Amino acid sequence: MELKDKLVASFMAFENKGNIDLESPVHKLRTAAINKFEQLGFPAKKDEEWKYTSLNTLLKNDYSVFPDTENVLELKDVRQYFLDEIDTYRIVFVDGLYSPFLSHTSHEQGDICLLSSALKQPKYQMIIDHYFGKIASNDESLTCLNTAFAREGAFIRIPKNTIVERPVQILYFSTGNEKELILQPRNLVIVDENSHVQIIERHQSLTTNKVLTNAVTEIFANKRAIVDYYKLQNDNLSASLIDNTFVQQKDSSIATVNTFSFGGKLTRNNLTFTHEGERVTSNLNGITIIGESQHVDNHTMIHHKRENCESHELYKGIFDDQSTGVFNGKVFVDKIAQKTNAYQQNDNVLIGDKATINAKPQLEIFADDVKCSHGCTIGQLDDKALFYLQSRGIPKKEAKALLLFAFGNDVVERIRIPSLKARISKLIAQKLKVDLQIQI
Amino acid sequence: MLQIKNLHAGINGKEILKGIDLTINAGEVHAIMGPNGSGKSTLSAVIAGNENFEVYEGDILFNGESILELSADERAHKGVFMSFQYPVEIPGVTTTNFIKTAINANRKAKGLDDLPAKEMLQMIREKSDLLEMDRKFLSRSLNEGFSGGEKKRNEIFQMAMLEPKLAILDETDSGLDIDALKIVANGVNKLKSKDNATIVITHYQRLLDYIIPDHVHVLHDGKIVKSGGKELAYTLEEKGYDWVK
Repeated sequence: MELKDKLVASFMAFENKGNIDLESPVHKLRTAAINKFEQLGFPAKKDEEWKYTSLNTLLKNDYSVFPDTENVLELKDVRQYFLDEIDTYRIVFVDGLYSPFLSHTSHEQGDICLLSSALKQPKYQMIIDHYFGKIASNDESLTCLNTAFAREGAFIRIPKNTIVERPVQILYFSTGNEKELILQPRNLVIVDENSHVQIIERHQSLTTNKVLTNAVTEIFANKRAIVDYYKLQNDNLSASLIDNTFVQQKDSSIATVNTFSFGGKLTRNNLTFTHEGERVTSNLNGITIIGESQHVDNHTMIHHKRENCESHELYKGIFDDQSTGVFNGKVFVDKIAQKTNAYQQNDNVLIGDKATINAKPQLEIFADDVKCSHGCTIGQLDDKALFYLQSRGIPKKEAKALLLFAFGNDVVERIRIPSLKARISKLIAQKLKVDLQIQI
Repeated sequence: MLQIKNLHAGINGKEILKGIDLTINAGEVHAIMGPNGSGKSTLSAVIAGNENFEVYEGDILFNGESILELSADERAHKGVFMSFQYPVEIPGVTTTNFIKTAINANRKAKGLDDLPAKEMLQMIREKSDLLEMDRKFLSRSLNEGFSGGEKKRNEIFQMAMLEPKLAILDETDSGLDIDALKIVANGVNKLKSKDNATIVITHYQRLLDYIIPDHVHVLHDGKIVKSGGKELAYTLEEKGYDWVK
C-alpha cells in the first residue's frame, strides 16, 4: 500500500475507535485536513515549491503510523541532548508519546505543558478554539497531514506581562523500536502582551532506524511579545525532518527563529511569518553545515501586511561532499504595508566539488515607500585569506576550518542563550573537524 | 640564512622573476627597491610560499635547505614571515584569537604544548605596547575596518609575536603617515638581532631613513640590476629609477 493510502486508512481506523467528540471544532479541522491531504497527496517535483527537494525515497518506506508500545528512556541515555548546564523547562516525547519522567513542565509562569492535555481539558477549550490550526496552512498537504494526525506536542501559553526565566526545551526522541516510523508532532505557542519566552526545539533519533518527522508549530506573538525560537537540527543520517512553522505577530512584537541544520538525511524547513500588527520585527537566521548526501532546504516566507514593520533574514550555508542545499526566500509586501524594511541575505560556501546550492530570492512588493534588499552569494574559500593564515603558520586544513568557522560566526553571535551558543559553537567545530583550541 | 639561486618564477606561465641571485646572512637588513612591476612583490610571495606563483628554475635555500617544496605554513614554522602589502580582512576571527591560533600552530609544529593562557596574554600585552597599538583592535575582527596604518601595525605586531628568523616587509610603508611609520620602524628595529634577518621591500627611500639597511638591491624587470650599501638608496631617490635601467 502506498504511504498516502496507508495514512488515510489509518486516520479512518482511528476515527472508528470512537471516543471522539464529532462536533468539536478540532475534529472538524482534522476531517477537513485529511480530506485535503487525500486530495493533494504528497508534494511532487512538479510542484514549484518542491522543485529541488524530492521526497520520493522517503515515501517508499513502510512507516508505522501509531506506535503502540510505550518506550522508556533513561536520563543517562539522552542527557547529552539536553541543555543541562542551565535551568530549563523540558517537554520530552519518546516515539511521539509524552515522557513525564524526562520532562519538567510547569504552570507557574504560564502553561508549559502538553498539547494533548490542552486539547482535552475544558479550561483550555476557548484558547484552543481561538488559536489551534488558525495560522497553520489549510491547503498545504504536509501541514494538513499533520493537522489530521497531530495528537501530541508542546503547548506553551505565557500570559501577559511575564518574562519566563528559564528557556523551554522541546525534545522529540525516537528509539528505533519501530523499524520505520513517521512522527507528526504539533506545537502550539501563545505569548501574550509584553511577555517573553525562549524555546529550543530538537528532534533526535537514537538508532539508525528510519524516522520521518512531519512537524507543525504555530507561534502567536501578541502585542510587544518577544519570542526567541531555536531549532537545533543535528539528527543522525537515517532521520529526516519536515518542519512547518507558522508565526503570527501583533503590534510591536519581536519574533526570532534561528535554525541550525547540521544533521539529518533530508531537512525541509518551511518558515512562514505573517504580520498582523504594526512596528513588528521578524528575525530569521540560519546556518546549514552539511556533507555526504545530506539535503537541507530552507523555505522562508514573510508576509508584510501592515505598516512600519521590519524583517531581517540571514542564512548561511557550508556544503561539503555531494550535499545539496536549497534556499527559497519569499517576501511579500502588501500595498498597505508602507515603510516596510525587509532585508534578506543568503551566503553559501561550496567546499565539496559535487555540492550544490539552489538559491532563490523571491520578493513581491506592492507598496511604494519601502526599503527591501536581498543578496545572495555562492563561492569557495578566499585563496588570499587562506594564504594569509598559512603564512602565519596555520596549516591549510586548520586555516580552512577557521575561515569556515568565521563565516558562520555572525549567525552564532545572534544566539541569546550563552550556554546554547557555546553548545552550537562546539557542534560547528565538530562538524568542521576543527580542534576547539581554535577559539573564536 | 637565505640563499636565492638563479630564481625564475611567475604566474600562469608568465615569467616575472628572470634569474635572481641573493644571499642574506643572519643579522643583516637588505632593502629591495624597484619601480612598479619590477617583481618586488612576486619575490616576497615566492619566498613566503604563495601557491599561486610557480617557480620555473633555480632554488631558494633557507639555512641550507631548499624550501621550494614546503607549503606556506611549513615555511612559517621554519621562521619565514611576510608582512603583507595588503593584509587580508577576516571577519569573525578576532586579532587575539588569530594570533593565539598562529602561535600554538607554530608550537605544535615544533612539538611544543600550547602556550599557557597567562603567558600568551602577557606576551600579547608586551608586543602590542611595543607597537603602541590600541588594545581595542585586539578584540576586533582581524583587520576588518582597520585603516591602512592600523593594518600595517598589526602586521608588525604579528611579527613581534611570532619572532621569525627572516622577516620580509612588503611595502610596509605604503599607507602609513609619518608618525605610524616611525612606530612601525621602531618596532622592527627593536626586533632586530644578530640571529635574524630582514628584507625591506619598498618603492621609496623614506622607510630606509628609519630602518637602516646594510645592503640595497635594485630590482628591474625581474633581475637585480644593482647592489650596494645604504647610499644606493639615496642615489636612487635623487636620480630616479631611469638611472638603473
